Amino acid sequence: MTALPRAAGDARRPIWSRLGLHVALLVIMAIWLIPTLALFVNSFRPAADVSASGWWTALAPPWDFTLANYEHVLARQGLGEAFINSLFITIPATVISVMVAAIAAYAFAWMDFPFRNVLFVIVVGLLVVPLQSTLIPVLRLLASTGIAGSYLAVWLAHTGYGLPFAVYLLRNYMGGLPKEVFESAAIDGANPMVAFFRLALPMSVPVLASLAIFQFLFIWNDLLVSLIYIGATQSQNLPMTVVVANLVSSLGGETHFLTAAAFLTMALPLVVFLALQRYFVRGITGGAVKG
Amino acid sequence: MDQRLIQAAIVVIGVPGVLIGYVVLAERLLGLFEERRRARIRPWIWIAPAVLFLVVFLVYPTFNTIVLSFQDKAGQAFVGLANYEYFFSNSDTLVSLRNTVLWVVLMTLGVVGLGLVIAILVDRVRYESIAKSVIFVPLAISFVAASIIWTFMYQFRAPGSTQTGTLNAVLGLVGLGPEAFIQTAPFNNVFLIIVGIWMWTGFAMVILSAGLKGISTELLEAARVDGANELQVFRGIIFPLLLPTIFVVGTTIVITALKSFDVIYTMTSGNFDTSVIAFQMYKEMFTAGHLGRASAVAIVLLVTIIPFMAHNIRRFREQEAIR
Repeated sequence: MTALPRAAGDARRPIWSRLGLHVALLVIMAIWLIPTLALFVNSFRPAADVSASGWWTALAPPWDFTLANYEHVLARQGLGEAFINSLFITIPATVISVMVAAIAAYAFAWMDFPFRNVLFVIVVGLLVVPLQSTLIPVLRLLASTGIAGSYLAVWLAHTGYGLPFAVYLLRNYMGGLPKEVFESAAIDGANPMVAFFRLALPMSVPVLASLAIFQFLFIWNDLLVSLIYIGATQSQNLPMTVVVANLVSSLGGETHFLTAAAFLTMALPLVVFLALQRYFVRGITGGAVKG
Repeated sequence: MDQRLIQAAIVVIGVPGVLIGYVVLAERLLGLFEERRRARIRPWIWIAPAVLFLVVFLVYPTFNTIVLSFQDKAGQAFVGLANYEYFFSNSDTLVSLRNTVLWVVLMTLGVVGLGLVIAILVDRVRYESIAKSVIFVPLAISFVAASIIWTFMYQFRAPGSTQTGTLNAVLGLVGLGPEAFIQTAPFNNVFLIIVGIWMWTGFAMVILSAGLKGISTELLEAARVDGANELQVFRGIIFPLLLPTIFVVGTTIVITALKSFDVIYTMTSGNFDTSVIAFQMYKEMFTAGHLGRASAVAIVLLVTIIPFMAHNIRRFREQEAIR
């Protein structure tokens, strides 16, 4: 993302047209920011205020902010536990899928075997298969093995569902690494395993980072997989998304607590995103432009 | 808590260890064979874990769901096409089908159109990266969080009382409203779709912006020097050159819209005629407990996605031919 304006004709254009451009952009940015800002402000307001007046009134003095909403949802609505559940679900699932994908992607990129292209085309096809068409059989399978409701069930499910994209992204990147590197390594007597650990993996760090961030956000933000495979039976294992989505109906009139709950689910993705935006963007453009 | 921490730590450290051990051990065993055999067996060992996951979680379940869709409520006896007949004759599922079409059309047009406009606008200002981040941030949060954000935007109070929802307050300023955005069918669907557009526009913008940077500045300047106005530059150069990228982005959004579930689950629970087919499947599965009907809904969803799958594969083949 460069900040250089490229339309070189700017200087010739009348000032009102530049002004129109800025106004249009600022309005768009405001539309994108205000909903989140509103939630953020409301989450620090006392319950009585939230139901009596709009969030904008809190911007003028007297400022009356409180942490009560956060305290309530963390302690009473189990959001603290759910936050930890989300971490316990997301981190291992991310690690498993990135590792499994890296090994397979290297084989698809640099090893020769029959049906290689056919198999990879199947992976490309699986990219768009809707989760819904797998839910019932997978739930039955998990139930019959006795792991339905456990973290293990969602780790495995997230890995399975994330793999087509992961293998696809990594294979495209690894396939683009210079051929000469692997050829000269082979001449020097390095077997593919050494080439993978010593050359391919270190050279793929940027795309591995993109993928890890992408998987992390994808799994952290997931509702459906945990809703179905953990479900109501093991509700102590539920991640934030499910707990918060269910709060919407269970809280009824006490909607002010929702503001804090929603902001807690957003906090970590926002930090990850703002700190690592570059990798995130690269993961998206790499997956979609080529995909 | 402690036990979970140990469990998670074992996985985070153990899984990479096990996978590396698997590759190393396989290499040791391969050492028993001659070089040619080794090269022939090794790839299968390397792709085996991924293939196993894909078969267990995607391939086999999908075929199993196809079979289930021709069976009865408990998945015991074959009932022919009854579940599909039900899908296409029941008024609830037909409404959900209509809503899914709305999601696909409006969300795709909205995301691609806005993404394109914003990509072109930010290309001309110095604060481009900040503007892009602002538009892009919603993509990082969950649909659940976005739904709650917009629940507050759309909040409705009876006429006469103070409107605390942002949109109804704005309407009140210009002497309109208040509107029950979420409760009034059929336009409530549009307001739910806006949540999807708000989230995904950044995605389209980032990709289209990358495509826009690829168009040569000389070409654009040459057209401007020849007297083309901005609209003509857009219609004659930018749009045709970006069309393949627009198509890629559009495909992704269509698939996202087809699968939309979270917004409906969080904001309306499918009430007020807002259900979509992905939500209908959940309802048949858990509320009605009818495996056959739920599977039939899932297969309808799968079938609508197959043309996009075929297109992806064709395009992938073309790219591979160039490589």
